[in-house]
Amino acid sequence: MELNEFIKNVADQFDETDASEITATTAFHNLDEYSSLIALSIMSMVDDEYDVQLKGDDMRGAVTVEDLFNIVKSKI
Amino acid sequence: MGFLKTQNVRIAGVAAAVPKQIKDIPNLSCFAPGEAEKTMALTGVRQSRVCPPEMCCSDLCYASAEKLLSELGWANEEIDILIFVSLSRDYMTPATANLLQNRLGLSTECVTIDIPFACSGYVYGMSVISSMMQNGCLKKGLLLVGETTSKIQSPLDKTLYPLHGDGGTATALEYDENAKPMMFHLAGDGGRAEAIINPDGGVRNPITEESLKMVEFGPGITRNRTQSIIDGMGVFDFSMTIPPKSIKALEEHFEINQDEIDHFLIHQANKYLIDKIVRKIKADPTKVPYSLQVYGNISSGTIPLTMVTRIREDLQNGHQKLLGCGFGSGLSWASMCIETDKIVVPDLIEL
Repeated sequence: MELNEFIKNVADQFDETDASEITATTAFHNLDEYSSLIALSIMSMVDDEYDVQLKGDDMRGAVTVEDLFNIVKSKI
Repeated sequence: MGFLKTQNVRIAGVAAAVPKQIKDIPNLSCFAPGEAEKTMALTGVRQSRVCPPEMCCSDLCYASAEKLLSELGWANEEIDILIFVSLSRDYMTPATANLLQNRLGLSTECVTIDIPFACSGYVYGMSVISSMMQNGCLKKGLLLVGETTSKIQSPLDKTLYPLHGDGGTATALEYDENAKPMMFHLAGDGGRAEAIINPDGGVRNPITEESLKMVEFGPGITRNRTQSIIDGMGVFDFSMTIPPKSIKALEEHFEINQDEIDHFLIHQANKYLIDKIVRKIKADPTKVPYSLQVYGNISSGTIPLTMVTRIREDLQNGHQKLLGCGFGSGLSWASMCIETDKIVVPDLIEL
């Protein structure tokens, strides 16, 4: 899997946040639009795109988008 | 392994009742502007029904049972077993099944059991009642299943209240040596008990003044300790992973050909999740009925409510092979394959 593609997939789950605001180092929990619904959308996207089932603790434990990428990568 | 096959029990009919009062999701006070639309888009739930204060789950199940018995032409005193599945019991004691036995005019020789289960409860209840009836001592049975989520959740909690509704159902069963077997996969994980829990109100944490204090945990999330708490992400991860495995385990163990299934009755948790489960088991989406758009998630009652409101004519007019799957608090999950043949399905009752 590739980081830039993962970042784009994460950015696609946001409606109001511009894709340019989401990079590898973005602390996504701090984005204004981030909510439990977006968290579920991200978990679902990861399941669809990478066939990896993230746990709630994985979502809570990741600080940046790259952290999340690394968690997903480690589970493939 | 939690596989079970029961013989000689046929489903004779199914009925459902909901309160008249509508829970209008877009106008709930727990939402900030714009949130309602997003929640509805993700969950598919646009409205549901809510009981007035004086109405209980047992009232909805009672109305369903009365109408079903009358349309079946069964005498109330013929019922040998009544099982009530719900978290919303009338009292701590006696059991609600006892109260319903008397209220429905059933014999004092009728076996009565409460099963305090949530979303997996219809499948669990079906496994228990068919197991007890299959040797022919108990000829006719009633499985009464439903929930009044509005009484155990906070109306100020956007993580639960907008997804759920109230409703009660009745399924009638009878001993019949020509009946097709029912097949079950039953499972659970108490290690994840805290994923959905009402912390206070049982005997572990009795109700104190502290239990009733409304506490704000974030925007749109205010509740007290007697009301349900959900770990949304934990439950979502469970729900997209475990139910498809349970369905596949059932199909493999009993060599069920998925192409022969007429309808997949997936617990109506939220549409997004159901679509996902359907994709994972590679079921034909046109065979998956939904009732959650208008009735929400009524916990254990969603499968029979979907049968009454969405596939009534198929159930009345012909043979149906149905695959059901319930999953939720416990955590607990269960799948079943059952067959019906021209069963009695009264109109939805509104109280």
